[in-house]
Formats: sequence, structure tokens, C-alpha cells
Amino acid sequence: MPHTAAALIELGALFFGLGVLGRLASRIGVSPVPLYLLGGLAFGTGGLLPLDGIASFADLASEVGVVLLLLLLGLEYTASDLVAGLRQSWLAGVVDMLLNALPGAAAALLLGWGPLGALAMAGVTWVSSSGIIAKVLGDLGRLGNRETPAVLSVLVMEDLAMALYLPITTAALAGLGLVAGLRTVGVAMALLAIVLVVALKYGRFVSLIVESPSSEVFLLRLLGVALLVAGLASELQVSAGVGAFLLGIAISGETAENATRVLAPLRDLFAAMFFVVFGFNTHPGAIPAVLPAALALAVVTTLTKIATGWFAARGVTSSPVGRLRAGAALVARGEFSIVIAGLALTSGELNPGLAPLATAYVLLMAVLGPVLARVVDPVARAVVTRRQARAGA
Amino acid sequence: MDVEVTRLPGVGIKQEFTTATGRRLGVLTYRDGHRELLVSDVHDPDACSATVPMTEPECVALGTLLGAPNLVAQLRAEHAEVPGVGTTQLPITADSPYAGRTLGDTAMRTRTGASVVAVVRGGSVHASPRPDFRFEPGDLVVVVGTPDGLRHGAEILEQG
Repeated sequence: MPHTAAALIELGALFFGLGVLGRLASRIGVSPVPLYLLGGLAFGTGGLLPLDGIASFADLASEVGVVLLLLLLGLEYTASDLVAGLRQSWLAGVVDMLLNALPGAAAALLLGWGPLGALAMAGVTWVSSSGIIAKVLGDLGRLGNRETPAVLSVLVMEDLAMALYLPITTAALAGLGLVAGLRTVGVAMALLAIVLVVALKYGRFVSLIVESPSSEVFLLRLLGVALLVAGLASELQVSAGVGAFLLGIAISGETAENATRVLAPLRDLFAAMFFVVFGFNTHPGAIPAVLPAALALAVVTTLTKIATGWFAARGVTSSPVGRLRAGAALVARGEFSIVIAGLALTSGELNPGLAPLATAYVLLMAVLGPVLARVVDPVARAVVTRRQARAGA
Repeated sequence: MDVEVTRLPGVGIKQEFTTATGRRLGVLTYRDGHRELLVSDVHDPDACSATVPMTEPECVALGTLLGAPNLVAQLRAEHAEVPGVGTTQLPITADSPYAGRTLGDTAMRTRTGASVVAVVRGGSVHASPRPDFRFEPGDLVVVVGTPDGLRHGAEILEQG
């Protein structure tokens, strides 16, 4: 069979398979991310059917997937959202980082993966999945709840922190020395500051660069600028995703809404590729060995996220039910943990156990998170009512 | 009354207030402009027992239902010092003979002595409508006059 025909058939089968998995995910009401990962595990290295013909396309597509994931995340926020969030909830952000990054780092050190492994695993357990959480809150009709702004601002803080964490990790994984590493971090911080100021004061000029009445021209310009910025950021060792995220913040108003509408289907396509490729590169045979560690991390970081939400909601509500709801909503981990693990994977510097551990961990948390968010409400209410009844009697 | 405005990053803006009976009522405006009506739970004031997605015409309709009596109450308060003068609101139904016709056609002032001071349409108030103002079904006509004049005016708008 000629090469092109084989590649088209493999790609077609892959997309169709992902479509089936996505449908299944929406049927059983879970995020498609864990199913895409499982799909990737099933094919790829050591899986049932290695797809060799499309490997180079798949690798590039998965990079584009990360860029689009972060670009659309940036588009969701306006600069004033971020500045207001920073002012109000920096403390919750710090508590979140300490409680949730440390277990991952400790696990990596215990497994003997060294400081680089600790840095990567810290990110994997730290960052909640804003995609899964926003969907769950919407589905459960909790967007109007009093504790929800607290939940969302923790997510904002995490996303902002990523704009520093990703460059640091990229630099560290690239084996840059302390000086070069500090320079990268300096570049990232300067970029973040510049973008926030530019977006606040001159946001419409940034929008003008990509704006066009024709949706075709708009899409091409937008994608072009996004990949250019991502490429440049990658060249500066600030990580492609962070460049795209900052661009997303700088684009605002109506342009941001149109951009989201135009890019969302592309994001879905390429991000799905990213998760599958990550699964491809993970050896399924390596998962049982890391499963105990993944389970232990799942238990610990579920509790620490609940504590984070409990703390973050302290100002908005005094009811234990609302505070527990905030905590449980934050438990889900997903796309970011995989983005961070993917960064570690491509550097090739780290212990081969990291990708399987991250995969197993995300599989657990992406399913556990939404389930917990759903059951916490009736359970917490029942407990509180019983306690009140006992106190009354 | 304090309307509390909360920014929901990445989602939109929530505006809400607490009623005299302790319930939170609010509107969540998403970034794309669509809106949801929020009603807090009786037992758990943090949670919402109803989130109702509302289209633009539905928001306008609800606004009219709640807002028009407000206007009448305000006018009533203003005219309270003038004895013998009252304010009322009269609907233009689909089968009113004046649906699609003008205020001038009703000859309200000449026939009853009562004046049409405002028309509430789609949530907005058209104050002091001119004789060429054309009524539509669903309009609420705010009339000021003596009790007899108001009663007569209602008959005119209903039956012609």
C-alpha cells in the first residue's frame, strides 16, 4: 500500500476512534481526556497497533494542540479578570500551590527521580483542570453559587502561575544553568507584565492585528499569529504554550469571543491529538508498577485540594456545605497535568516512570473529580443535618 | 437596596441581591451575552435551587411584568397629593380594537378626561406618547385620571 494511503487510513481510523470515545465520554458523563489517553495507550508504543505512518504528523499536531489549549484558555480571561483575581486571591493561590505541589514533589523524591522529577511531578499534582471544572459547575447549575467565584479564582491563580511555572520547568529540563534559567524566568515575568499592561491599555490594537470581517482571513491570521508567538516563545525557552496563553490574554473583547468561536473546533481536534500522542508515548506495561504511587497521590491530593477549596471559600461563605463543595469542585486534574508531563517527556531527561505515573494519576483524578463534585453536595448536607439534629437533641 | 456585582473569571458577571425574606435573586450574564435567572435554595443560601436560561424576549417580558407596576406605584405616589386623581395600567390585548391603531384614534382625553402618560413596551417606558403613537398587542398603557375616567378608559381600550 502506498505511504499516503496508509497514513490517511491510519489517521482516519484514529479520528473516528476518538469520535467514538468522545461520544462514550459524553454518554457516561465524564471528560473525554481520560478516554483519549486510554485510546493512545491502546495504540502506540507497546499497544495493540503502533501507528508508524503518521508519527511525524501526530507529533507536530500534538504541539499545535498544546498551543491551542493555552491560547483558548488565555482568551477566556481578560487582563482585568487576572489583575482583580491576583489582588483578591493571591493567598488562596499560594495555599493551593503549597498544599498540592508538595505531595507530587515528595513522591518524585521518594521514588528517586531527583529534583527535576520533583519539579515536574509538583506541577502534575498542583494544577486543577479548568476545562473539567468549568464543565462540571455548569452542568450541576453551580455557577450562581456563592462559593463558585472562590473556585474560579483559584483556577485563575493556577493559570497565571503556569505562565511562570512552565518557563521555569522548560529551562530546568533543557539543562540551562542557574544564570540562563534566571534569565528565562526574567523574560517570562517581563512578558507577563508587558502583556497585562498592553492588554489593559491597548487591548484593541492587539485585536486589530488579527481582526477581519472574513472569518477565513480571521482564522488564518489568528492561527498564524498564535503559532508565530508560540514559536518565538519556544525559541526564548519560555515554552510555546505560555506564549500562546499571553497572546490569548492580550486579545480581548469581541475579538476574543469570535476567536474562541472560530478556534474551539480546531482546539478540540488538535488537543485530542495531543492526549492521544501522550498516550502513544506511554508504555501501557509500565503502568501497573506505578499504580500504587498514583493511588497514594490521588488520595493525598484529593484531600489537599478539598482543603484548598475550604480555605479559598472562607471569605464568601461560612457554611461547611458550601466550603466542602468548593473543595470537591477543585479535585479534578486533567489537561494541564498532561501538558506538564508532556514537557518532561519530550526533554527525555527524566525517569521513564514519570509519564506512566502522570497518565495513571490523571486517569484517576479526571474521573474521580467530577464524581466527587457531584456526590459532595448530598453527602455534606446529610452529615450537617445529622450533626445539627444531634446538637439539637 | 444593594445589588452585589461579582465577576466570574472566564464565565461572565453575576448580579444579585438578597430579598427581604432572605433569598438571593440574581442574573448571571455570560460573556457571550446570554443570561440566566438565579434563585437561591431555601435551605442552603449558598446554592441555587433554580438557574433558568432566559432569551432576550423572555428577559424583556419578565422585566415588564415586574417593572410596570413599579412605574404605576411611582405615579400613584406622585399624584397622591391631588385628591380624586388616580393612576392605573391597562393592557392592550391582541383583540383590543386599538391594537395596531394610534393613541389619537382612541380620543381618550376627549371621551374620558383621563390622560395616557406613558406606554410600557418590551421593558422600556415610552413617556408622554404623542397622538400618532401606534399601540401593539402586549403594550401596557399607563393612564392618569379620575376613577370614572379610568373605568371608562379601560372600556374603550377593551371594546372600543
